[in-house]
Amino acid sequence: MAAPSRSVRSSSTRACEGALAIGPRRGEAPEGPGRAETEATEAHRAIEAIWRIESARLIAGLARIVGDIGTAEELAQDALVAALEQWPTLGVPERPGAWLMGTAKHRAIDLVRRRKTLERKHEEIGRDVERAQEGMDLDTAIDEDVGDDLLGLIFAACHPVLSKDARVALTLRVLGGLTTEEIARGFLVPVPSIAQRIVRAKRTLAEAHVRFEVPGGPERVARLASVLEVIYLIFNEGYAATAGEDWVRPALCEEALRLGRILAELAPTEPEVHGLVALMEIQASRLHARVGPSGEPVLLLDQDRARWDRLLIGRGLAALERAERLGGAMGPYALQAAIAACHARAATAAETDWPRIVALYDAVAQLAPSPVVELNRAVAVGMAFGPAAGLDLVDALVPEPSLKAYHLLPAVRGDLLRKLGRSEEARTEFERAASLTENVRERELLQRRAAECAAERMAG
Amino acid sequence: MRVLVLAKEGERSDAATPPTPEAMAEYQKFNEELVKAGVVVGAGRLSPSSQGKRVRFDGKKRTVIDGPFAETKELVAGYWLWQVRSIDEALEWLKRAPYDGGTFEIRQIFEHEGV
Repeated sequence: MAAPSRSVRSSSTRACEGALAIGPRRGEAPEGPGRAETEATEAHRAIEAIWRIESARLIAGLARIVGDIGTAEELAQDALVAALEQWPTLGVPERPGAWLMGTAKHRAIDLVRRRKTLERKHEEIGRDVERAQEGMDLDTAIDEDVGDDLLGLIFAACHPVLSKDARVALTLRVLGGLTTEEIARGFLVPVPSIAQRIVRAKRTLAEAHVRFEVPGGPERVARLASVLEVIYLIFNEGYAATAGEDWVRPALCEEALRLGRILAELAPTEPEVHGLVALMEIQASRLHARVGPSGEPVLLLDQDRARWDRLLIGRGLAALERAERLGGAMGPYALQAAIAACHARAATAAETDWPRIVALYDAVAQLAPSPVVELNRAVAVGMAFGPAAGLDLVDALVPEPSLKAYHLLPAVRGDLLRKLGRSEEARTEFERAASLTENVRERELLQRRAAECAAERMAG
Repeated sequence: MRVLVLAKEGERSDAATPPTPEAMAEYQKFNEELVKAGVVVGAGRLSPSSQGKRVRFDGKKRTVIDGPFAETKELVAGYWLWQVRSIDEALEWLKRAPYDGGTFEIRQIFEHEGV
């Protein structure tokens, strides 16, 4: 949102990245005292908000007509530029979404007609081009329920043909309506890198001829897993930032939650969608409690539970219930949500049902075995059956190559060693953990723990 | 950000006349749209203020006042809790609501202290 102001005229239609950054930002004084400027500013703010509300549906509807995410987004942004030119003087129309859709739709239809003419010419020279939009009634196509289009767009943006980073960036861009600048800021990545990531992602999708449809059958399971992974990646980057000054970045969590809630409405019969939403709602309920007064991380068992957000806990437990009611074996997200729910239900840290958490981690480990899950399970075992039992499991993970640079392995090991009174070994582990994390706040916390261990050793 | 949307329907909030089925259907359609957009995180409709109670604090003294209350313009008939990206987004959503009377107020809910 900190992009410099510039005028509509000076920015090209295609370079619409910054189109939303036109005009004075909120909280800044308008350039002149005139009423006209103020009204124009208000219109710009309204357009920005309307874009956030409408862009995903707009792009989804257009993608179905033109069959390509990049073209759909360009058409949508052309409509946005038209709005930016007209609304400040003519006023915001009564149904702004319909206006944008109508404007973009006409251009989309023109485009498809031009393409068809071109294809016919190609056919004449012997090339057979069969397009998805052949025979489609374009005028009614766009007026139908956009639910399936939106779901198709989510599946396309999260297509496994794209890298994880590309899926995340494209999803935030076309479904979240975020600008490239905002995505770059969220992930602490230079703006040109994100812009390039998005351009490449669109090209990859076009080259792979990815269809805008909701996959069915066995493909659906894998494709849905990819969608859920992307949403949870976004959430996690906000929840436990891997790098940077801040320990949490709530805006990313909010974007992920919103995407999850939208997905739960679009695919209400998928238990894992509700499982993921439950997991994110319950984890988000602790967002404020896991940051101390000077921005330092506060770990789960040290948190002031009175600061947990009861509204989100209630929503999370309800979503978990929906996942369970849909039946079948619980998936990895529902299981993790059930673990999060164990913490949410405990009034104090001491009341936590650790044996149940161990059992749930057993189930996660069976479904989706990974060293990180084993590490979490070791923590739960340490709480349920004593630090020595936990340490045995952690020690077994030490040779694991994938955990070599994972700071939480020495952090957990240090914690268990400290509980066993082995302060010197614990100190070494915390120092190692501190050297491995990229997050400033987390490093400070781990260094503090190392110092505490040193002090304990002096006292003992 | 989270905002509280207060429905100040004035005297209508205390009127015993229920909304017409058409008005209800329109409201439900709008609410559904909000839910589908992932905006609604909570909502509720309040019973008439004639059934409400007020407690006035004056030093150590507490006085209980039974409804109905005099200032009908400020009476809240219902509320929404919305998760939005900005006040402007909340405004854009609210403008789309199918109401033909009353005043609706948007107030941002402060995040917890220290954040």
